[in-house]
Amino acid sequence: MYPSRFKYESPKTLADAIALLDSGAGETKVLAGGQSLVPMMKLRFAFPGTVVDINNIPDLNYHRFDSDGTLRIGALCRHEDLEHSDVIAKGQPTIAAAAPLVADPIVRTRGTFVGSLCHADPQGDWAAVMIALGGRVVVQGPKGKREIAMKDFVLGPFQTALEFNEIAIEAVIPAPAGQARGGYLKLERRVGDFATASVAVALEITGGKVVRAGIAMAGVGGKTIDARDAASSLVGQALTEANIATVAAAVAAVAEPRSDHRGSSDYKRQIIRTFVTRILTSIANSTKKAA
Amino acid sequence: MPLDEIKIGGMGASRRRVEDNRFIRGKGNYVDDIVLPDMLHMEILRSPVAHARIKSIDVSKAWDTPGVRLVLTGEMMAARNLAWMPTLSYDTQAVLATDKVRFQGQEVCAVIADDPYIAKDACAKIVVEYEILPAIVNPLQAADPASVLIRDDKENQPGNKVFDWEIGDKAGTDKAFAAADKISKIELHYPRTHPSPLECCGSIADYDRATGKLTVYMTSQAPHIVRAAVALVAELPEHQIRIVSPDIGGGFGNKVPIYPGYVISILASILTEKPVKWIEDKTGNLISTGFGRDVYLKGELALRKDGRILGVRMNTVSDHGAFFSDAQPSKFKIGLMHSAFACYDIPVAHMMSTGYYTNKAPGGVAYRCSFRVTEAMFFQERMVQAAADDLGMDQAEFRRINFVKDDEFPHRTAFGFLTDSGQYGKCLDIGLEAIGYKNFAKEKAEAASRGRLLGIGISTMTEPLGAGNSREYDILGIKMFDSAELRVHMSGKALLRTGAKSQGQGHETTWAQIVTHELGIPAEDIVVEEGDTDTAPFGMGTYASRSTPVAGAAVAMVARKIRAKARKIAAHLLEVSEEDIEWELGRFYVRSNQDRGVTIQECAMAAYSNMPDGMEPGLENNAYYDPPNLTWPFACYIAKVEIDPETGVWDVLQFVAVDDCGVRINPMIVEGQIMGGLTEAYAMANMQYITYDEEGNCIGANYMDFLLPTAWETPGFELYEVVTPCPHHPIGAKGVGECATVGGPAAFVNAVMDALKDKGVRNIDMPLMPNRVYEALTTGNDVYGMPPVRVGN
Amino acid sequence: MTSLYEEISTPPAGDVPVRRVTINVNGQARTVDVEPRLLLAHLIRQGLKLTGTHTGCDTTNCGACTVLFDGRPIKSCTMFAVQADGHKVETVESLASASELHPIQEGFKEKHGLQCGFCTPGMMMAAKALLERNLNPTEDEIRWAISGNLCRCTGYQNIVKAILWAAEKMRAESK
Repeated sequence: MYPSRFKYESPKTLADAIALLDSGAGETKVLAGGQSLVPMMKLRFAFPGTVVDINNIPDLNYHRFDSDGTLRIGALCRHEDLEHSDVIAKGQPTIAAAAPLVADPIVRTRGTFVGSLCHADPQGDWAAVMIALGGRVVVQGPKGKREIAMKDFVLGPFQTALEFNEIAIEAVIPAPAGQARGGYLKLERRVGDFATASVAVALEITGGKVVRAGIAMAGVGGKTIDARDAASSLVGQALTEANIATVAAAVAAVAEPRSDHRGSSDYKRQIIRTFVTRILTSIANSTKKAA
Repeated sequence: MPLDEIKIGGMGASRRRVEDNRFIRGKGNYVDDIVLPDMLHMEILRSPVAHARIKSIDVSKAWDTPGVRLVLTGEMMAARNLAWMPTLSYDTQAVLATDKVRFQGQEVCAVIADDPYIAKDACAKIVVEYEILPAIVNPLQAADPASVLIRDDKENQPGNKVFDWEIGDKAGTDKAFAAADKISKIELHYPRTHPSPLECCGSIADYDRATGKLTVYMTSQAPHIVRAAVALVAELPEHQIRIVSPDIGGGFGNKVPIYPGYVISILASILTEKPVKWIEDKTGNLISTGFGRDVYLKGELALRKDGRILGVRMNTVSDHGAFFSDAQPSKFKIGLMHSAFACYDIPVAHMMSTGYYTNKAPGGVAYRCSFRVTEAMFFQERMVQAAADDLGMDQAEFRRINFVKDDEFPHRTAFGFLTDSGQYGKCLDIGLEAIGYKNFAKEKAEAASRGRLLGIGISTMTEPLGAGNSREYDILGIKMFDSAELRVHMSGKALLRTGAKSQGQGHETTWAQIVTHELGIPAEDIVVEEGDTDTAPFGMGTYASRSTPVAGAAVAMVARKIRAKARKIAAHLLEVSEEDIEWELGRFYVRSNQDRGVTIQECAMAAYSNMPDGMEPGLENNAYYDPPNLTWPFACYIAKVEIDPETGVWDVLQFVAVDDCGVRINPMIVEGQIMGGLTEAYAMANMQYITYDEEGNCIGANYMDFLLPTAWETPGFELYEVVTPCPHHPIGAKGVGECATVGGPAAFVNAVMDALKDKGVRNIDMPLMPNRVYEALTTGNDVYGMPPVRVGN
Repeated sequence: MTSLYEEISTPPAGDVPVRRVTINVNGQARTVDVEPRLLLAHLIRQGLKLTGTHTGCDTTNCGACTVLFDGRPIKSCTMFAVQADGHKVETVESLASASELHPIQEGFKEKHGLQCGFCTPGMMMAAKALLERNLNPTEDEIRWAISGNLCRCTGYQNIVKAILWAAEKMRAESK
């Protein structure tokens, strides 16, 4: 319940924040939403020497579609901003489906999308969404900005490709080639539970046919599982009961679940299979309706 | 014009709660809200391992931490004869570990410092060297003669068995089984779970060296029991001990035992000469304090082919953790487990019960269990479900033909209890109608066409509340009566104190309603106090739903004593003889001239200013109530669930609760108790349990692993009422606080099992998590939950 | 300006960093010197002696510590007091005016939405945040909004009724 001592800095500019990280010799941690970091510090699983609070840096709390359709989510965009966003509801169905399922409604007022990616919990919802969407993370350090594809961003449980003196400042979801369709399903025994298994599906559909397909899973391995190869078999086709079943089985096959008190690995694969089927079926039905 | 009893807040009024006035303003007074001058803070270092010899403890760095005032080890406690303390079940429990740790989370050291952050810092600097021993996490391992001995601290403890206990008629039961047309068997585990009130346990011990008085503010459901125990353990004189239970943020039996933290805080206050506050964290609460259940059943019913139950055989094995510390009437090793089947007319029964030590937290009797009646009734209704299925009989009709009939009371159960009242069939009828039982086959077929599995589960039971009569019931030798003291002031306003201790049940509101009923004083003119042993009359506290049956009866009795004295005063004021006086609510009047009367308030004034000759002035009294028998509320709970067979997730479509708890003092509060209990039943049935891995690591020691349902998962409940007054209780009430937790789980489980009937599944152990349901429905096999859980591939 | 550091802990010897922060608590500016690691919930309870906000778990699950931070509900056990510098915090003590209870408080009493009272302050603050955005919530919307607040006593059904009652009263009063 009681964290150990640390130094606290609350820089007013991004440059100051980066300078603090740079001089911190790897003993610093960035504090954004704090809904992952603070609980770990309270249990003394994390004990950074210095905490750099970026909440006072202006112009980081945004999410918007650029005119070309690229979606940009700033470092301080809170989960609930996405949950209540009209533009997300209209334009980014995978994010719209996942947002209400992240933690609980009170945690969602503070926790951030980008911060969640940086925390790199293998069961994290947003990492699965970003993999499915083929997103990128924009990071900034003393040498300037760079972009890291989401698939290269997480190196292992709670480990990212961020250098010790870099801050993630934005998540970028590329503009969809067709119409963005998607969904997110999560088996949690109650609100706020860890996922027993969850699936993010992100499709782009033009003229009733899939032009891009991304599927990713959380909770069924030591990391987010990217099932893009399995998903890619949908490209060029309209969704049918048959190819949905094939993809669902293929996605379940690349999951790496462990048996534990939440269920056997077979059970977790079954959940994946079921969720993929349900999401794709729902997309197929609504695509038919729209047509 | 007679007073309107409902309007003045008497019995039957859904009087809004007095307690709420402070709680809704955030002005509750919980233990952690209390601040005493110069107060220090205590943090406990707990064992990270389940079973180990302690090789060394180095506290030097803790002592060196600025702001630390005292560091206590088991060795220091032992020097003062306080390393071990007696439990409420005549065993001993370690206060701070000396030789070994015997469960993960056991208390090893305590640090007392200027603030809790510093205390935690210092704890983190203590170095303990453990020599790990094998961990025992279930009774099979405990019973194995080759297993390690857990309680090697005890003499005459050759193995890990705690007790063997037996009740009933073995020979008669064996005969009944030999003559049966069919024998129905079931084996299951009621898993370990935890009451987990939202507020953790805590104490502020304040020893005043100048006066020799020890005051302890603590989260206790039974402050007088604590006072007696502290006098024993700390060897302080009882009249110099004051236990104050202020507002308590939920108890559910978790706050009955005396925990090491309380004892250590008392010693720390004596040694530092300052008040010492100890507030545990949620992990400490879940991993070390009084859990509930963890009992295995082998149950058999001997059946006649027309559906009558001829005999009951139960064999229970219970897991008590490292110390036998159950708080229960001392005569019964497994509580009132033998109250099972009390609502059914069964000629003969036999139960054998064995308890074992394991490397887990001590306890078992807690969590709204009425002394293991939760286990008894869950086992009963699971056995009944299996039997009805085995006979191919309808679940409701099987129960109905075996019920004790309305005209068969008083009824002696096969295990020796005496039930006295009930309308079981009527409750069942109401429940079946409300759930749409007749139409269910259609509903089930419709759902099946959508690929969903529907099931209905019934749970009916009568349970023993209000422990208990002094002939049979005691805790540590103290009889289980309760008490009330009533003082009526000269203006007719009153102060009532009882030996009970509310943790949310609303006694400040409801006890006043009983006084209003008896005396006609408006409820808002009566203030109710509980919890301070310096002022409250001696009582055994509030748990096991005993307060309405026992303390509530004492309240009625003391109010009647007051009324008897007031009657004499009235006669004096009205200048007639007592035989000419009649009573109506709030007023005595002359029988032959009804307009001539005096109010109770006028009598009160006269008690101070115009007494009859020879009468002691004042208008106050007390009453100690030794209940003649237990009370027997009845409940019929019916759940309708829908399973998604592709995931094993099940939803509650409808839940109906028919409760007969006798006369209801405050219907609103009764319904609140039922809904709260049903939610806990749902929690246990669906998601909430504590388990262990092979090394004895506790899974369920925080709210990420120990799952409480939120408002989103929790279903709605439809409540119905039947009233069969208790024939021996002064106001006909029976008590209800735990009924729903006792009877509820079986309704949910039976419903899921009903939905899976065609798959050949007989049992899934709680909690019925989606993966367990899925496994059962796809394999047709039963699913058991005995620990250890294995993490594998 | 009031310095409240002493009430929280004895200033340890040496180089423990302390920070002076000013937080608007229930409409009043409070200035305190705090260690960075001091949780906001502890500043509220021990430093400012507003004990209506409670702590009930150690994993940010239970919501008993819920307060409003710049109008949004947060779990005050999962924020450091220093983060609240320059911000607005509202606790349960701010609900009632000098003369009147807030309709949410009235609703909880009227509908028996509390028993032991421990989850109640956090529950009411979450309800306040909901009703500020949506004065006509459905039962589902209420259950969703309070799904970050655990209750052991009531089973939530009466809490939902209490919030519905409060919403109706607030709609009537806003006409």
